Amino acid sequence: MAVTTTHPATRSASQVNTDASAVVGSAQLSNTALRTFLHGLPGTDAVGLEGRAAQLGSRSIKTTAKAWGLDTIISMIDLTTLEGADTPGKVRSLVAKALTPQPGDPSCPRPAAVCVYGDLVPVAKEAIGAAPVAVAAVATGFPAGRAGKAARLADTGDAVEAGADEIDMVIDRGAFLAGDYRKVYDDIVAVREICQSRTTPAHLKVILETGELATYDNVRRASWLAMLAGADFIKTSTGKVSPAATLPVTVLMLEAVRDFLAATGVQIGVKPAGGIRSAKDALKYLVAVNEVAGEAWLDPEFFRFGASSLLNDVLLQRIKLSTGHYSGSDYVTID
Amino acid sequence: MSKFEYAPAPESRAVVDIASSYGLFINGEFTDGAGGAMKTVNPATEEVLADVAVADEADVDRAVAAARRAQEKVWGPMPGAERAKYLFRIARLLAERAREFAVLETLDNGKPIRESRDVDVPTAAAHFFYYAGWADKLGYAGYGADPRPHGVAAQVIPWNFPLLMLAWKIAPALATGNTVVLKPAETTPLTALLFADLLRQAELPPGVVNIITGAGPTGSALVRHAGVDKVAFTGSTAVGRLIAKQIAGTRKHATLELGGKAANIVFEDAAIDQAIEGIVNGIYFNQGQVCCAGSRLLVQESVAEEVTERLKRRLSTLRVGDPMDKNTDVGAINSAAQLERITALTQVGEDEGATRWTSDCPLPETGYWFAPTVFTNVSSAHRIAREEIFGPVLSVLTFRTPAEAIAKANNIPYGLSAGIWTEKGSRILAMADAMRAGVVWANTFNRFDPTSPFGGYQESGYGREGGRHGLASYLVEGGAR
Repeated sequence: MAVTTTHPATRSASQVNTDASAVVGSAQLSNTALRTFLHGLPGTDAVGLEGRAAQLGSRSIKTTAKAWGLDTIISMIDLTTLEGADTPGKVRSLVAKALTPQPGDPSCPRPAAVCVYGDLVPVAKEAIGAAPVAVAAVATGFPAGRAGKAARLADTGDAVEAGADEIDMVIDRGAFLAGDYRKVYDDIVAVREICQSRTTPAHLKVILETGELATYDNVRRASWLAMLAGADFIKTSTGKVSPAATLPVTVLMLEAVRDFLAATGVQIGVKPAGGIRSAKDALKYLVAVNEVAGEAWLDPEFFRFGASSLLNDVLLQRIKLSTGHYSGSDYVTID
Repeated sequence: MSKFEYAPAPESRAVVDIASSYGLFINGEFTDGAGGAMKTVNPATEEVLADVAVADEADVDRAVAAARRAQEKVWGPMPGAERAKYLFRIARLLAERAREFAVLETLDNGKPIRESRDVDVPTAAAHFFYYAGWADKLGYAGYGADPRPHGVAAQVIPWNFPLLMLAWKIAPALATGNTVVLKPAETTPLTALLFADLLRQAELPPGVVNIITGAGPTGSALVRHAGVDKVAFTGSTAVGRLIAKQIAGTRKHATLELGGKAANIVFEDAAIDQAIEGIVNGIYFNQGQVCCAGSRLLVQESVAEEVTERLKRRLSTLRVGDPMDKNTDVGAINSAAQLERITALTQVGEDEGATRWTSDCPLPETGYWFAPTVFTNVSSAHRIAREEIFGPVLSVLTFRTPAEAIAKANNIPYGLSAGIWTEKGSRILAMADAMRAGVVWANTFNRFDPTSPFGGYQESGYGREGGRHGLASYLVEGGAR
């Protein structure tokens, strides 16, 4: 059960844009048409959803399944540093960690990407060189997304120009909660156009910030809105708002991408981010991917973890599986 | 092979010691039975687990006499607060020894360890905790200032939830001052016998609870015994009828919890993904061997296709196999006889023209197994839509209007439970009001709680168990004799 890591940067170009009008069933994507469609999606029963997530979280993953799971988790991590105090030196050491996660064990897979602020993309690109690790940049006025549209688009343009392979954008939660779906849709389309403006388009991940969307119904609607507008990934959180990723929200988004594939033939990825710190938790997410969306999503191209401290716990578990005992935190590098 | 194969995660059976043979538990002691012995097997492997004594009429007589003595001399006169202490002690011991009971239940019954561990044993302990709380408050329960117990209760329980049904029966009986002679089902006696061991650990006075094992004749002798004041039975409608005949004209009181053929009604505005989970929980929980199972799915026509499609995809992810594996969702059918019944009835479904779909999950070679099955194109006239199959078999019917759903749901001789799935609150209330069923679940299914009464209409039985209502079944009407 070896993990095959595809080079995210050399994946096939972004998928064909969905014909949103056809899905929504209205030639004009007016705010009313979008609202009618999004509010017609099946509702979500909170008790039932949380019960299902708890049940998925109780699977017992051991031995060979655990070994496969740990390696798969590593290959799905977007190793992240998103702090105001980030320095080129910190990004370079993050890249070094991504290139050699477990010094002395070349069989350890590499994370899918490193995720940084846009201004540090050139540093990350240079440090990675030709290695098969992608550079993801947060853009559009991350994390609040409350800058003017011109500033948000310019922010995206800078990151794309600097060579970012993937763009993590935030949606305007204020507009979404106010019911201005068309505005959110237009924003995503505009950012997507910038991502597509290169020969090798940047992949677009749309951050819903589910902790601010208040209801599960809103999470489902925001997921569909982002997918209709051409997101390659839908992502739970910035990591700056609590609660960040939760298992129930991720289960719900997995249901949304599964249903979107059935409706349109387009497969969209899911990225829970923030708060997933232990291998045990991450394995629960893998179980959810496997049983809710299906094994087509068990691939870094369609599922990612946005995390900074998760990798070390997975590495400790990995060492435990191979040696039979736990080693201390000094046996993995801090960054 | 799929990408993510879960490696086996078997629960250890070392936590429980199974004796090679068991006697009857009468007056606080294990004694031999005069009726010979029977074997109990693990339905997942067909391995013989133990020899269990069979009680004959003389043994029944001894047990009832012990219960009578204990009721009159010790348990009946004891203040409620003192009885409560014993019940709390039993509840705590059950919680402490939960793993042992869960493993034994799974070995003897064939249900997945996930269910015995997470549902059966915790809910059984919760019943003892709940009724312990009532024991010193009976005067405030609404049955008069000084309600009296019946005396000796004869209790006969089924094989689908052996320990949980024991708790449903014994906890309210003891809380109200009755003493008990309980007969577990012949295929699943082991947790009741382990419970007898727990009663000794709890130092319950001898004779308050007596457990006798055996098959139909033993149960019949117990129910007919002249020294019995109250009969409580959970099981099939056929046996329930027989019991009703046997006690007709006597002074015995009875509660009967019998079969069901519940309608699980899904409206087009339901939260579809959660409804799918509820349908799965409704009919594939405990291999469908649940009297209140949601075995008739009524789906609004506009979403029928979508619901069945999603349901089949979900069923393909159900893991059927070794019940001792913590990742197993669906375990073994309890007995060869039950498997035969399920097989025969599903054949009838095909013969009558319903469309059969069966999960292609691999099944173990030994043991009694039945893959999750769905019948579509079922009409109310089909036998599979009317008879209780008691297995992992779902019949899907459709409806257009709420009135049609009500008519179809109620058009059955049973009336134990029903389920309603809709996001519209007013519809939930209106539908629940119209259902002729003892329990109506809204946007959930198969949830059990000691505080909630349970019991059916028509051929699903009479009387209620659980909650404050469950006390009434063990108290003399009017409060005083």
